[in-house]
Amino acid sequence: MDAIILQVLNGLDKGSAYALIALGLTLIFGTLGVVNFAHGALFMLGAFCAVTLNVILRASFTTIDETRTDFLGNPLKVETPYVEYWFGPEVGGSIIEWSVPLAILFAIPVMALVGIAMERGLVKHFYKRPHADQILVTFGLAIVLQEIIKAFYGANPIPTPAPDAFSGSFDFGALVGFDAGSIIYPYWRLVYFGFAAAVIAGVFAFLQFTTFGMVVRAGMADRETVGLLGIDIDRRFTFMFALAAIVAGLAGVMYAPINAPNYHMGMDFLVLSFVVVVVGGMGSLPGAVLAGFLLGILESFASMAAVVTLLPGINQVIIYLVAIVILLTRPRGLMGRKGVME
Amino acid sequence: MSKLTFTRRGLMKTTAAVGAGLAMPHLFIRGANAFTNEPGSGSVTLGFNVPQSGPYADEGADELRAYMLAVEHLNGEGDGGMLSTFSSKALEGAGILGRKVEYVTGDTQTKSDAARASAKSMIEKDGAIMITGGSSSGVAVAVQALCQEAGVIFMAGLTHSNDTTGKDRKANGFRHFFNSYMSGAALAPVLENAYGTDRKAYHLTADYNWGYTTEEAIRTATEAMGWETVEAVKTPLAQTDFSSYIAPVAQSDADVLVLNHYGGNMVNSLTNAVQFGLRDRMVNGKNFEIIVPLYSRLMAKGAGENVKGIFGSTNWHWTLQDEGSRAFVRSFGTKYGFPPSQAAHTCYVQTLLYADAVQRAGSFNPCAVVEALEGYEFDGLGNGPTLYRAEDHQCFKDVLVVRGKENPESEFDLLEVVEVTPVEQVTYPPDHPQFAGGQLGVCNPGA
Repeated sequence: MDAIILQVLNGLDKGSAYALIALGLTLIFGTLGVVNFAHGALFMLGAFCAVTLNVILRASFTTIDETRTDFLGNPLKVETPYVEYWFGPEVGGSIIEWSVPLAILFAIPVMALVGIAMERGLVKHFYKRPHADQILVTFGLAIVLQEIIKAFYGANPIPTPAPDAFSGSFDFGALVGFDAGSIIYPYWRLVYFGFAAAVIAGVFAFLQFTTFGMVVRAGMADRETVGLLGIDIDRRFTFMFALAAIVAGLAGVMYAPINAPNYHMGMDFLVLSFVVVVVGGMGSLPGAVLAGFLLGILESFASMAAVVTLLPGINQVIIYLVAIVILLTRPRGLMGRKGVME
Repeated sequence: MSKLTFTRRGLMKTTAAVGAGLAMPHLFIRGANAFTNEPGSGSVTLGFNVPQSGPYADEGADELRAYMLAVEHLNGEGDGGMLSTFSSKALEGAGILGRKVEYVTGDTQTKSDAARASAKSMIEKDGAIMITGGSSSGVAVAVQALCQEAGVIFMAGLTHSNDTTGKDRKANGFRHFFNSYMSGAALAPVLENAYGTDRKAYHLTADYNWGYTTEEAIRTATEAMGWETVEAVKTPLAQTDFSSYIAPVAQSDADVLVLNHYGGNMVNSLTNAVQFGLRDRMVNGKNFEIIVPLYSRLMAKGAGENVKGIFGSTNWHWTLQDEGSRAFVRSFGTKYGFPPSQAAHTCYVQTLLYADAVQRAGSFNPCAVVEALEGYEFDGLGNGPTLYRAEDHQCFKDVLVVRGKENPESEFDLLEVVEVTPVEQVTYPPDHPQFAGGQLGVCNPGA
């Protein structure tokens, strides 16, 4: 039983990331009708917002310490971060330590700008083109973004730790009455889950309870009629693209402490997120979220040693197997609407 | 009066005949050479085949830096690096056999097919006489086989799988880097001292060639000293989040986790293991421990704080204080501003060893080079006295056991050498079960 709870918990954080990325994908697909293969790259850019803010906060000036030597025997160059110099080592150190949560504030404008630039500069020109063209151009863009990040930060993962307050793990087993030590779960992953839930709730509330959201939903249902009513739907859709980019970016920012960011991380999530969208139902926002969590948890279960021993390789194909079964039994996906992509 | 007609068949015959005629001089020239890509009198071209893109690109970049440094030193530029400490004095900084050393580079992308394609292009188009490089055993084994067929020498870069000089060994291929067996043999006594003989180990293993041989080597070595292996789970090479593999470790009664992972896999699995509090656990009345059989400084940098106190093994480390290591670190550090990685070291050494073998043999002929390297004993290249064993073309030398440093003094000061395991302890017979099934065959000069 404790093993099952543990794998459910494990699935939650991965599912959170899938759900957030798939949510953005669905928003873009639902509003603009564009299949955005650069969405994984936006997740990666978000993680690198965290890395970049960390680098900025660590910006240092150099002093020479004559009493110590470096690896070549020359006097040691000591780097002191400006924030520690300005605010004192303690406060400055704390600011650097909290760089990941602070990066949320940094990532929102950056990702919004990236989203707007992407939509206005490139994707806009492909609205009327076939899906294959959209996939090619956005996939190409994803590769370009990856290579830019690699040129700046190299190919190796860059450790971006969570604040010390969240770096440990807690004994979930003891909390719910199992043996102490049987279910250990890292704090940060719980934070990630909570954060994802808040972002998802925020996006839904925005779409459900604001006039802007209502127009966007109307546009998703029937773009032409909304246009005929004299509403500039294009501008709103640009905003939605930016919003989707922010959601993917925030998912990336908060994911940075879970796995050290590298330039390739977006691709790892992209394909799975597309499966999530299809399983959830093309164009269905609740479907994307539901399928995200469902597939995250299933993937976790399939990686258990007992399961892998019984069915070798199942951990690598489980998501696709489930996708096949669901699409065979419910061709529109779990919560797909009639008429979308049919 | 004859009638001239064109038929499709006739045209094809004519084209084939003209083509063969045009190719004839080339065939004669090739036939006139004693071996593939025999260099002219002016220069000789070496092929550096490293990952310039993909997950090991940083390691590849460091390898390339080392190669360029080696070329400089061979041509008599720079401070000469390890040429001055190398026990052989055949090289004098005047190129190889009087020819200026030039090079071409290829991108392996850490993919066997891409690596073979780039090596083939360097051999056939650029006339490379020797191919060297690689940051993956899968790539090394593939390129080594290609070089054997093409008749050029392959000086392996960073490749740690037993198979490179085991079941996939080739007469034209040579490896300076150590291997999985040596890691196991070097680590076992240190682990026994540190953690005792009554331990239960859980292995997570990268699901490819290198992972298998490393798991086998570490299991064999640790089981021989009394440890029990409770579980060994294969993890997909493309895995990034290892939480679902780490969580069951906490549920088992294992008190040691062995991460047979390298590169990004290792960074992520170790980070996940620490996040899940494994290192804070007490199991069977003992502290839970993590082991990383193959360490690299570049990886340690990626894993950050998490490497502290964790044991592993390495081929070379820049803090070594022998003459050769110091000369290399000085040379590399002055040129690039940071110390070299173990990948850079082995690549630099391999280039020097090849050049030296050609110089001593007095010929670029691969078979003469093979003869010069087989059974060759040398010193002064950073690993102490070393033997290139004739039977499998594997270098035998001391192996370093390292530990993640608790209080690093700089961003490069991540690992500390805890033991230099003497070569006798890591030597095995060429037909050892972990290396069985391979045949060197005979050297192929090509042409």
